[in-house]
Amino acid sequence: MRNFLARRLMFSALSMIVASMAVFGLAHAKEDPINLFIQPGYFMAPETLAALKAKWGLDKPLVLQYLTWAGNMLRGDLGDSVQQSRPVTTIVGEKWGATAQLAIVAWIFGTITGIPLGILSALKRGSPTDYFARGFALFGQSLPAFWVGLVGIWIFAVYLGWLPVFGRGAGLPFFEQAKHYVLPVLVLGWGPMAGYMRITRSAMLEVLDSEYIKLARAKGVSERSVIWKHALRNAIIQPLTIATLLLAGFMDGAVLVEVIFAWPGVGRVAVEAVNSNDFMLITGTVFIFTALYLFMSLVADLLYTVVDPRIRYA
Amino acid sequence: MDDSQNLESVDVLTGAPPSRKFRVHLRYLRFLRTYPIFSVVILSTLVFAAVTASWIAPFPERYGQLRDRHAEPAIFGGEGGHLLGADSVGRDIYSRLLFGARVSLIIAVGTILIAGSFGTTLGLISGWYGGWIDEAIMRLVDAMNAIPVILVALVLAVAVGQSFWLLLGILSVGLWPGFARQVRAETLSLKERDYVDMAKVGGASTGRILYRHILPGLFSTVVVVSTNLVGTVILAEAGLSFLGVGVPPPTPSWGGMIADGRLYLTDAWWVSAFPGIAIGLTVTSLVFLGDWLRDHLDPRLRQLE
Repeated sequence: MRNFLARRLMFSALSMIVASMAVFGLAHAKEDPINLFIQPGYFMAPETLAALKAKWGLDKPLVLQYLTWAGNMLRGDLGDSVQQSRPVTTIVGEKWGATAQLAIVAWIFGTITGIPLGILSALKRGSPTDYFARGFALFGQSLPAFWVGLVGIWIFAVYLGWLPVFGRGAGLPFFEQAKHYVLPVLVLGWGPMAGYMRITRSAMLEVLDSEYIKLARAKGVSERSVIWKHALRNAIIQPLTIATLLLAGFMDGAVLVEVIFAWPGVGRVAVEAVNSNDFMLITGTVFIFTALYLFMSLVADLLYTVVDPRIRYA
Repeated sequence: MDDSQNLESVDVLTGAPPSRKFRVHLRYLRFLRTYPIFSVVILSTLVFAAVTASWIAPFPERYGQLRDRHAEPAIFGGEGGHLLGADSVGRDIYSRLLFGARVSLIIAVGTILIAGSFGTTLGLISGWYGGWIDEAIMRLVDAMNAIPVILVALVLAVAVGQSFWLLLGILSVGLWPGFARQVRAETLSLKERDYVDMAKVGGASTGRILYRHILPGLFSTVVVVSTNLVGTVILAEAGLSFLGVGVPPPTPSWGGMIADGRLYLTDAWWVSAFPGIAIGLTVTSLVFLGDWLRDHLDPRLRQLE
């Protein structure tokens, strides 16, 4: 177990270094990031340019720049937003809660609907319920989330007027605030729900077909006990292992959903940073998203060892 | 999935077979599952539209008549001769959909070719050599998976300006790990086969073994992974174009068209609705085709979904 933990931690650190180099590389994808400060059609005096370069450390060799940047990063300093002249960490910190709340609610929604639906679909295989559940999952996978969001706004907000169009309704009473969550959560959670459903279904079918289930049935264990104790316990591992894949989906999805529903979160900060050419802010945001993803996948991997002890010794 | 053989299976809880009426439906469903007719029809329509867009589109795709602004779809009784209506600058939605199919197809095929050849090569090397090479490549795959593709696309769109090639590059970077992982797993099992040992004994060079003995065995895996990922590419391209960092306008792309109609939902729902339906139909048929191919080419991959 300790061996596994050490290896896993080392890999996380390595991935982090590779990812940080990639993000840094992006910052230098153009020959000189300093050009981003100059609005098109304007010129900058050579002295100003040199001063700016010195201020941002762009006159030093690339390796030194990376090391400085990485060192600052380790101390939690992601630099200042060019547009707002405030630390990137402060800006992201302000918006983080909204994104996390949306993602967590959507994740809960996906889990508590997707997994039971997958179980039901496997138990009633070949029935109308099964086909309905699978059809529902199929649409969740194949319709673009941002389009579903727009259609949802058009039907439920504009046409029927049941739900608010945008924002998170901060400061409103609980029920009113909950209304603001309905559409974004459904849109963000549908895809992951479909993923959970498909995987739970096939895992459950596989387990139900196994020898030990037949044995349990043969020795007269009640059907309820067969399903909930013998089958589900073993089938649940597979849906858990896709949690990391789903996380990546949440992060990319969050950007689109926040834009559509004007949700005041990190994804929108990123898009606005792009629109205003705010380079420090966008690299910082990407780096935070990446680091978070790596951290969550580490946590998920450690969780599997709890659920499935076989992994520990692999 | 694997239901084509067991559609009339019994209900696990009650032991009852499905109702009679439903059984009749099942017969059609089984037919549809035995042959991927839905997918083939939709996808060949898509390819046909993409290839012949220049000849069959009734209107120019990049220019519109302002007097046709938000013309209603002719199929819902609108006037002005626009089959699926017109957008806020009077461009014909139907024509733009046809040309959008071309863009989606080129991006999808291009990405799959680039990501597929790169990912397959690395997966092959990783699985064949093992050891630290394998470890290094797999860590790279993990690190790549951790990078949020949409955000990176946003960064690059600012850093180097949006372009068709950039889009192709980003999507390829996002997709090659999927190929590498699958191909590696398949290579690991193929290299233990007897015929590979025979080839070694026969004095075949490593390059020859990889090219003549392992690569052909990877065919079905690569085809199945490609089909599944084409849908992902189309959705990702649409998402990026929606955010304004995909295919640069005025070239029509489905995602961009949805974005165009976003501000006019109440006045002209058709601007956003039709491209969304086109994406949905395309990706749905790709999912069906992928499932079908998986069942027929490579049953082992079934466990993945």
